Amino acid sequence: MNFTIILHAGIATGTVLLFAAIGEIFTERSGILNLGVEGMMLLGAMAGFSTSLTTGSPWLGVLVGMLAGGALSLAHGVVTIHFQADQVVSGLSLTFLGTGLALVLGEGLTGQNPPLLLDYNIPILGSIPVIGPAIFQDHGILVYVGYLMAPMAWYYINKTRPGMHLRAVGQKPSAADSVGVNVYGIRYLYTFVGGCLAGLAGAIISLSVSPGWYSTQTTSGQGWIAVALVIFAQWNPMRAALGGYLFGMLRRLILDLQGPRILLGFTNPLYINSNYSFFLIMTPYLLTIIALIFGSRAVAKKRAGSPSALGLPYVRGERGK
Amino acid sequence: MAIRLKVEKRVDVPRWLPLATSIGSVVLAFIIGGIIFKIVGGKPFVAARFFYQAVFGNWAVFSDTMVKATPLILIGIACAIAFKMRLWNIGAEGQFYAGAFGASIVVLIPIIPLDSPKVLVIGLMMLMGMIFGAIWGFIPGYLKAKYKVNEIITTLMLNYIIINWNNFWIFDKWSDRGFQMTATFDRVAWLPRLADYAKQFKAFSGVTLHLGVLFGIAAAILVWWIFRYSRWGYEIKLIGDNPEAARYAGINISKNIILVMAFSGALAGLAGMSEISGVVHRLQESISPGYGFTGIIVAWLAKLNPFAIIPVSVLFAGLIVAGRELQPAGLSFLLQGIILFMLISSDVLLRYKIHILPTDEETA
Repeated sequence: MNFTIILHAGIATGTVLLFAAIGEIFTERSGILNLGVEGMMLLGAMAGFSTSLTTGSPWLGVLVGMLAGGALSLAHGVVTIHFQADQVVSGLSLTFLGTGLALVLGEGLTGQNPPLLLDYNIPILGSIPVIGPAIFQDHGILVYVGYLMAPMAWYYINKTRPGMHLRAVGQKPSAADSVGVNVYGIRYLYTFVGGCLAGLAGAIISLSVSPGWYSTQTTSGQGWIAVALVIFAQWNPMRAALGGYLFGMLRRLILDLQGPRILLGFTNPLYINSNYSFFLIMTPYLLTIIALIFGSRAVAKKRAGSPSALGLPYVRGERGK
Repeated sequence: MAIRLKVEKRVDVPRWLPLATSIGSVVLAFIIGGIIFKIVGGKPFVAARFFYQAVFGNWAVFSDTMVKATPLILIGIACAIAFKMRLWNIGAEGQFYAGAFGASIVVLIPIIPLDSPKVLVIGLMMLMGMIFGAIWGFIPGYLKAKYKVNEIITTLMLNYIIINWNNFWIFDKWSDRGFQMTATFDRVAWLPRLADYAKQFKAFSGVTLHLGVLFGIAAAILVWWIFRYSRWGYEIKLIGDNPEAARYAGINISKNIILVMAFSGALAGLAGMSEISGVVHRLQESISPGYGFTGIIVAWLAKLNPFAIIPVSVLFAGLIVAGRELQPAGLSFLLQGIILFMLISSDVLLRYKIHILPTDEETA
């Protein structure tokens, strides 16, 4: 076990959670709760993988993966924004729909080897001792984009005019409407943005981080972890990024624990009985619950973070939210 | 002649409309699913005939469908009672596995001597299945009531946790000669099947339908009664419809969150017990093709009505049975997703009247 390796792997897997969680933050900030992240990610992973296989271009794959996630999210948009359906149920059905579509269209993709996204080094920064190789070497371009994504998203939401409109629509749509902000339009836009980012996160998995198509195992619940991360991060992109990387590191640490024979001076129990690894596999899910308990307590205490119109449909002239 | 749409809010909903939109959604979903199936290179009509044959073709296959419907009925009811209170228990899958585990330990430890009367063994398995399912529902309920933790995510995470927990025991302590399953249970732990009575009634030979289906029907009657006549049912409905009013009325919301989640978990746990005691007769890795998730759609399609859940479960059981044979494998999943989507979209018809008017008759 080596810190640099764990940090390196943690950043790579954390990037997936980062994009998905930031996408969901955009969507939820506009007042739309989209629980279909897992479905959009899986569809994005399949579409990206399949496109790269047929066209030979992994970047075209990334683009198609994004659009696939975005297109799926629009179904959620129509149903919740125009038809005012329950956002929770719609999000759940989006998960079913995305998973089903990905499995049907992804039939036969397992074991294929399309061209993948390449890894790059950043000169100079990469030669910083210990952290340089972990943060600035052998990562896909999208990992480096991820570093910029969180501060940019934070700045956009909190400091720009469109970001202010976004927050207004999520906090008090009737007030935003009365000053001429297009509530429906903005909600559609950010539902689509969230979908694209979830699709992108999926394509990053299948084309870079853990390449391949393993049906539902490709995402294995990471979409749901991203949804949990949004609450834990209190709808703040910077905290979501940090949480994503930490989570990624933990996943890697869990994997690495299975290797050594002696652990902290004791015989590694996993070395004696490999079946104990089932307890390791549960840890990320257990940690998600624990993180959520702390996150929820913080949200409840401060009464802040959560957009007040989250999950509520907006109908002009009805309920004065 | 141009037309325009005029949308107005419905004052009252005709009684036939909810049923019509539900059926319409399913039909439309099958058409869309068929089109997608055609696009990926399948033969929708052949598949449809196959579906019919695999589900209702003869008594033996229909009994097989009913066997698959049994856990769906229990889980559908488990979901419905939680959804009535707007509690999003999507962990029925995990509660099902927890129930299967609870029932298994009765036989595998064993908790009760296996030469005890069948009634005792089965009764204890039911009890343990329900207790373990209830625990798996209690945890997210408690976290929601106490710390306002989102139950959607906790119930889902608990699914992954219990599946790995079961796997540990299946692969390790209880592994049958290294296979990923426990040894077959003693016959005393098997739920009676119709086929067991083939000697007396010839028609029952090979019919796999087991007693578990009666648990489902009993649960439907119980939950119907709770909502129709009990104070508890009234409280659940009020909290679901209007939590503010419930709070003013002095209803203890936290207590009800925990109770409903535990009750919902117990029903899903009973489904797990009935599945291993009535069908697989041992604990093994894959005991569910996603019953916990299909149950969500079943509950929603049945508009949370416990009796409507029974026929809807049979339909979805048919999808599962046919889905095992149909390629590609994700098709039944896809169909379920489209059905749920159509259904929630069609709800708009229950809230609004849509008139199609020629423009020259414009009134508004």
